[in-house]
Amino acid sequence: MKIAVLIKQVPVSDSTFRPAENELWIEEGQIQYEMNENDSFALEEALLIKEKRGEGEVVVVCMGPSGRAPRVIREALAKGADRAVHIVEEGPFETDPHQIAHILFESIQSESFDLIFSGLQSVDLGMGQTGVLLGAMLGMSTATLAMSTEIQEDKIRVKRELESGWFQWLTLPLPASVSIQSGINTPRYPSLKGIMGAKKKEIKTINKTDLNLSEGLQKVTRIYNLETDKQTEYIEGDPDVQVARLMDILKSEVKVLGA
Amino acid sequence: MGILVILEQKGNSIHGMSLEAVAAAQDMAEKLNSKLSILVMGNDIDPLTQQAKSLEASEVIAVNHELLKEYSCDGFAEITKQVVEIESPEFVVMAHTYMVRDFLPSVSVFTGAPFIADVISFRAEDGNSVFTKQMFNSKLGSDIVVRGGSCGLVSFQSAAYQASAVKRGDTPVRQIELSLSQEQIRSKSEEPFQESSGGVDLTSADVIVSVGRGIGEDTKIPMVEELAKAMGAEIAASRPVIDSGWLPPFRQVGSSGQNVSPKLYFSVGISGAIQHVVGMKGSQSIIAINKDPDAPIFELADYAVVGDLNEIVPKLTEALQNQ
Ligand SMILES: Cc1cc2nc3c(=O)[nH]c(=O)nc-3n(C[C@H](O)[C@H](O)[C@H](O)COP(=O)(O)OP(=O)(O)OC[C@H]3O[C@@H](n4cnc5c(N)ncnc54)[C@H](O)[C@@H]3O)c2cc1C
Repeated sequence: MKIAVLIKQVPVSDSTFRPAENELWIEEGQIQYEMNENDSFALEEALLIKEKRGEGEVVVVCMGPSGRAPRVIREALAKGADRAVHIVEEGPFETDPHQIAHILFESIQSESFDLIFSGLQSVDLGMGQTGVLLGAMLGMSTATLAMSTEIQEDKIRVKRELESGWFQWLTLPLPASVSIQSGINTPRYPSLKGIMGAKKKEIKTINKTDLNLSEGLQKVTRIYNLETDKQTEYIEGDPDVQVARLMDILKSEVKVLGA
Repeated sequence: MGILVILEQKGNSIHGMSLEAVAAAQDMAEKLNSKLSILVMGNDIDPLTQQAKSLEASEVIAVNHELLKEYSCDGFAEITKQVVEIESPEFVVMAHTYMVRDFLPSVSVFTGAPFIADVISFRAEDGNSVFTKQMFNSKLGSDIVVRGGSCGLVSFQSAAYQASAVKRGDTPVRQIELSLSQEQIRSKSEEPFQESSGGVDLTSADVIVSVGRGIGEDTKIPMVEELAKAMGAEIAASRPVIDSGWLPPFRQVGSSGQNVSPKLYFSVGISGAIQHVVGMKGSQSIIAINKDPDAPIFELADYAVVGDLNEIVPKLTEALQNQ
């Protein structure tokens, strides 16, 4: 069983974001990066499958700049991935998911993966489609929002999350591309041994600029702060003062406390 | 050419979010001065077609096929692809539902049309169609356009448009026959099911104290439970708290949990991601504690308490207990 896991490095989710001066990306100065959360669930699911079967290969595929992508790649290798494909992209960063999937397609199509796992969506762009696009480009069957998986010979059975607390099991023939929802498992931490071992694992690099690409299909023309018209009372300052004001609100404005 | 809005079926009626998508599509058609068509697909879709007829548009296109009885990514993507090829719409519009997340990406690959997902607004500007989408954890906005004259697939976020804004009419129906074979549908699905509810009905609670990942660790859950008790509230949570097993699944609020509309929703350490917000935005009053003054939850809250929950929650609990 050969499994590819798409992982992406994204800004830590509670970062303070400011649009860059050209309004086409964010001000990157203070931002810390980490593995996109959903992708770490996808990686864990692949590792669990390999361990359960006692055979197979888990390959992480990551597009990102040479400055920071190797950190999340090494983290994945330390957790147990066997090797990595790093597509080096130095920015401006591609924002069209179709184009991103096309780049991934060009980079891995010769590998014949049985399975592709991806996080359901990314914290930065939130397009939520790259893994499915890639699967469809490769002619694979696809499913999204997986909350459990079972391998059955040449098939995968997937528990899909539906709306409002409903679920449905679905069986797909392999090869398949499945996007993974948060909470499907508990992602592991890398062990010390894993961290040491990761140093010897192969990271194949491909330069995005060496690929034969045409223009993307959609384009971000501006990134900016959104305005809202909601009247919000900000309660700032010393916690005691905040609590006094809250008590007031609960009693006299929202009126949820008995008299 | 024109706008094609696709309705999603839920039970025997139109999915609530699809009506919002119709409102969006009607607005787009008006601003772009284009024709609007409504697509319904399924098996035995007469009830759905009847409902679609009452929405204002140029026509309702109905595709009836026995293999569309149950949803499948392959079946729905294939039929949508065929409709797009025959009708060549400028935009295909849907609501950003779980089903759309599942099959619209495949349509994007089959037709070569980009999928602009989870859009919050549309405007026509200097002859361009511009879509706005939240990015970077809902903290920034972005404008997106389709490059060169290609068709665009667009899904609208829940509540981007109001279902009540839908214009009604008496729209003619055109049936079209399309082909789909069993071999094209590679997946096999089982019956949908719900996991046990645990007997707590959050929807009837007057006051809800809801806890998010900002709590940091499970050992601090009792601190929030104390607050809920002092306030006479039910405790609820955002998804990461449930994913981590800190509270049981039936306490989750949001698109994959429950929809609540209490008198007061008191949120503690929740950022305000859209999938959470759809489950609680109908609350009469919202108070939020968050250390980040830019947290998206504050845009929705009536009262924004900027600070460390570890300091504020125990003090508030004490004040409530002493009154
Ligand atoms: C298809 C889909 C369905 C989903 N369904 C749901 C759903 O039903 N419900 C749901 O909730 N989510 C759902 N999600 C996940 C959602 O996108 C968010 O990831 C989630 O809501 C974030 O939860 P959070 O706000 O608790 O965590 P975070 O986004 O991590 O926010 C934590 C917040 O705590 C604040 N904080 C940290 N420390 C402190 C402190 N000491 N004092 C005060 N504040 C602090 C931070 O500033 C931050 O704003 C879904 C996602 C997808 C893609």
